[in-house]
Amino acid sequence: MEGPVKFVYEVDGENFTSAGEASISIKKNLRLLGYNPNIIRRVAIAMYEGEINMVIHAGGGRATVYIYPDRVEMILEDNGPGIADIELAMSEGYSTAPDKIRNLGFGAGMGLPNMKKNTDEMKIESVLGKGTTITMIVKT
Amino acid sequence: MIISKVAELLDAKVCVGEDRLSDEVSSACGSDMMSDVLAYVKNQAVLLTGLVNPQVVRTAEMMDMRCIVFVRSKIPSDSMLELAKECGIVVMTTKKRMYEACGILYSNGLVSLEKEEEE
Ligand SMILES: Nc1ncnc2c1ncn2[C@@H]1O[C@H](COP(=O)(O)OP(=O)(O)OP(=O)(O)O)[C@@H](O)[C@H]1O
Ligand SMILES: [Mg+2]
Repeated sequence: MEGPVKFVYEVDGENFTSAGEASISIKKNLRLLGYNPNIIRRVAIAMYEGEINMVIHAGGGRATVYIYPDRVEMILEDNGPGIADIELAMSEGYSTAPDKIRNLGFGAGMGLPNMKKNTDEMKIESVLGKGTTITMIVKT
Repeated sequence: MIISKVAELLDAKVCVGEDRLSDEVSSACGSDMMSDVLAYVKNQAVLLTGLVNPQVVRTAEMMDMRCIVFVRSKIPSDSMLELAKECGIVVMTTKKRMYEACGILYSNGLVSLEKEEEE
């Protein structure tokens, strides 16, 4: 059997302007592969929220996406500060984003719950001071 | 409603997407918080916002929106317009404020489809 199609993106933590480029690229690729628009949208939203989080909370990171015959798997890894209380971070409305970020239209504390809502599986692994890895799966 | 009607009702100037003005849109939402757009919006075709940065265009693209209206005469940058063009999104700017612009579109039949079941 053929292996999955793999895409790797470096997400620049210094550049809020470019945040989202990886998600746009994945969206285009899934369109070319002929996926259902609802599936594509769920992948795009989850990945975009994750990408923005890496930029605003973790100074950037890496996004790796595997496209398998039956699912899309997204792995977002960063070497940021980590998340102290994952359950708290997952609750709607919880955000540590400063006003500067809120003025850019983000920081409502909706991202992680929205990632969970748009994916079939989501796992957060985080070590304080080391970084965070989020794995999400959307069945296709 | 076709997109050119949105521009006409709002007395808006179209910045990119002239070729898509006859596309149909049936719903809209207004927000300056992209977090809320990503989390609550469902199938809206038009985004009205007073926020100007490239993430507005990316958010609209992720949500499969067709048209962005910048209110209060906000001027999008060239790179934002370029991005919108690539994504096939119509961009326009109006002098009207958010409340008025939303009210005009709503009363002319553009509905809101926010996920009420979750309220
Ligand atoms: N990759 C990450 N590294 C470190 N902390 C994170 C990371 N992702 C999320 N967090 C923490 O979890 C909190 C909640 O994240 P969430 O995405 O739900 O909200 P937000 O990013 O603050 O706002 P929004 O997503 O609505 O724009 C963040 O405020 C931050 O404290
Ligand atoms: Mg977030």
